[in-house]
Amino acid sequence: MTSTQPLASLRKSSLPGPDDITRREMENGITLLIRPNFNTLSVTVSGYLMAGSLYEPLPKMGLANFVSSTLMRGTKDHSFQEIYNRLESIGASLSFSGGTHTAGFSGKSLGADLDLLIETIGETLRRPTFPGDHVERVRSQLLTSLDLRAQNTSEMASLAFDEIVYKGHPYQYPEDGTPETASTITRDDLIGFHREHYGPREMVIAVAGAVEPDKALETISNSLGDWHNPDQPAVQTVPPAPPLEKTERRHYTIPDKSQTDIVLGVAGPSRLSPDFYAAKIGNSVLGQFGMMGWIGEAVRNKAGLAYYAYSSVSSSMGPGPWTVSAGVDPDHTEQAIQLIKQEIKRFLDQPVPEEEFADSQSSYIGKLPLALESNAGVAGSLLNIERYQLGLDYFHRYEEMVREVTPQDAFRVANAYLDLQRLGIATAGP
Amino acid sequence: MKEQTLLEKVQPVRLENGLTVMLKEIHTAPLVSHWVWYRVGSRDEIPGKTGVSHWVEHMLFKGTPRFPAEELERNISRTGGIWNALTYLDWTTYFETMPVDKIDLALELEADRMTNGSFDPQEVARERTVVISERKGRENSPGFQLKEALRAAAFRVHPYHHEIIGDMADLKTMQRADLYEHYQTYYRPNNALVAVAGDFQTDSMLERIKELYGDLSPGEEIPRRARPEPAQRGEHRLNVEGPGDTTIVEVAYHTPPASDPDFFPLLIMDSLLSGPRGLNLFGGGGVSNKTSRLYRSMVEENEVAIDIHGGLPATIDPFLYSLHFIVHPQTSVDEALAILDEEITRMQETPPAREELQRAMKQAQALFAYGSESITNQAFWLGFAEMFAEYEWVRSYVERLADVAPEDVQRAAMKYLQPQNRIIGTYLPQRNGR
Repeated sequence: MTSTQPLASLRKSSLPGPDDITRREMENGITLLIRPNFNTLSVTVSGYLMAGSLYEPLPKMGLANFVSSTLMRGTKDHSFQEIYNRLESIGASLSFSGGTHTAGFSGKSLGADLDLLIETIGETLRRPTFPGDHVERVRSQLLTSLDLRAQNTSEMASLAFDEIVYKGHPYQYPEDGTPETASTITRDDLIGFHREHYGPREMVIAVAGAVEPDKALETISNSLGDWHNPDQPAVQTVPPAPPLEKTERRHYTIPDKSQTDIVLGVAGPSRLSPDFYAAKIGNSVLGQFGMMGWIGEAVRNKAGLAYYAYSSVSSSMGPGPWTVSAGVDPDHTEQAIQLIKQEIKRFLDQPVPEEEFADSQSSYIGKLPLALESNAGVAGSLLNIERYQLGLDYFHRYEEMVREVTPQDAFRVANAYLDLQRLGIATAGP
Repeated sequence: MKEQTLLEKVQPVRLENGLTVMLKEIHTAPLVSHWVWYRVGSRDEIPGKTGVSHWVEHMLFKGTPRFPAEELERNISRTGGIWNALTYLDWTTYFETMPVDKIDLALELEADRMTNGSFDPQEVARERTVVISERKGRENSPGFQLKEALRAAAFRVHPYHHEIIGDMADLKTMQRADLYEHYQTYYRPNNALVAVAGDFQTDSMLERIKELYGDLSPGEEIPRRARPEPAQRGEHRLNVEGPGDTTIVEVAYHTPPASDPDFFPLLIMDSLLSGPRGLNLFGGGGVSNKTSRLYRSMVEENEVAIDIHGGLPATIDPFLYSLHFIVHPQTSVDEALAILDEEITRMQETPPAREELQRAMKQAQALFAYGSESITNQAFWLGFAEMFAEYEWVRSYVERLADVAPEDVQRAAMKYLQPQNRIIGTYLPQRNGR
């Protein structure tokens, strides 16, 4: 077998597709995607709505995240303890998270307990009361997590990277804000943000697991079908992030740490860009494949400088980061950065050898069944299908789309984004 | 009671060379997960060679004469499969989850590297700095520093006293010969277990395993080096100082091994105190602990902690039940400990209500159902409990939790949660942040 022959091919009948995904648009603007799977006993319900940090004013950075962290602290129907007692007593879970574009949620229960899970999602989204004592408790927790963040070399290097590469762009700011902004957000701010931004328009819910689609539709319709919010503003988009004029470097000092983290890269393509697949598969060769591609081979395997060294393309609605990350001995920081730059140069100088490219394509295709093994994996993928308008037959077309990309495509796209003279280089450590 | 059993019986097969084989067909996805477990971990290490089990695990990714590292990596990765290894206190394990039509490669690889690891001296040298880097990365975390100090205080004699990754002094001085001796001693079929779950036929899979592993020769009797830890006499307290703004406390009680009859009452006790925890290593998700006794009391009612978690690892020898919490900035460590002790006293004075136990059971059942979605998890369960007890331990886990009576929980709390049986470790930040 030569290496360019398909090494992995998908058994399409086992993948979610138009035959077994039910998609419904509710009158109030909620889109539902449901995929039953009675091989499991459980069900996952995930979703998002347009209430991310993009919608918060800068002096209140972290507000959207604060709101999503406080939704389950009490509703008009139940107290904090009652909400969690109902869920935890049946081994169910539900949590909310704040992102840049969206606020998200994900819940899980045994199939028979779906009603309670969806009921809880409905009441926490629609009728939270933001009790004053709980607002303060959540504030303490958020401030503590910001203290821990300030001591985390990996997270601080990422923040410093965003400050360089996304200067003047909404992606410059962390979703969880800063200790200063988290201290000044009031209960009225939370109530106001929720009133204005939480609503059914553009909301998407995915259900995967041991449930009949009709049953899930009915339950969600009962909980959320009559929800309306005429005040919901239009969906916000983000501008492109222009390349830096020249390479910029920043070090965030955290005394007494034994390892330095490096984050180095550029603003990459959005998930909606035609460059997306070429960037993803090219990046696999650069810093993912096997023990982390060329970057891992150079920095970890050959030089022995790091336990982890890899690259990633984090695409979303906007120009997400295309970065290389590594954790190294502070004395080896410069050497590691040089090695990483050498590998990027090689990646930009000429197209990746066909064999290596084909390996990464096969790896991408072969990973799909594993990613879709759990209900949570399926629910997350259904959300992406809707968010990026990929089509219900996305998984059936996936193999073809991945195979269509050529090393020349990846070469062109890499050179369109990565530029050794215009990198953001952030480090955090002693 | 029967419906509470979520897993079917699996009969271990023993090959002539001593290798144990556990097979479970699951035909829900075209995937197979293959694991090889070795009965060796940091428990088998002596001072001067701490971290050797973990370093050897790293070396087995450097290939064999037949499967050079690069080829290995390439052949597995291009199928989209996942492969990795874990080193723990009592065991070391290697696994691959791959498309069913590619799994034979994993079987061939593992059978080969059971005895043919290259341990090239240059690779050993390079991996030394990688492992040191891994350790330094962990040292960045206050939680790691606290855990390491606490473990050393809890175990003066038993090898559970050092971290799995090993002491820096040993990582700097161990030699290739040390690694190779460890490998030759413990990587033997009579010290190993192969577990496979997924989309295969048992007969043909067993046949293939016999072909590949059956001719490997067993080793000498495997040495067991763990010296028993004498009983602790009196509470230990220790402080670790370091950068940051956050005070962290870990309270650890000596507890019996997983095979002890008291272990299941302790699991229930832990679930009531700090929240439910399953045996899922690969996804499935957990259940939050907001209504657990300690969360309610310490985080909600008295606001002495920001968060609290517990842990009762299943081990061969007596280990630790630990409670880990972040102290609320507006309170003191002593105040937080006083509230913790109130809850422990309550557990010792009054048996929990039956409803509380039933709730813990329902949670355990749900967690099992979640974990069952992953074939990798199911294969993990096959081997995991065999390392400290037997598969039946996992299989009847929920049933055994159901057999625990309220008085058993109270008795376990009385017996183990005593001040003279505990170590209290505090991470004291040298405030250099905001």
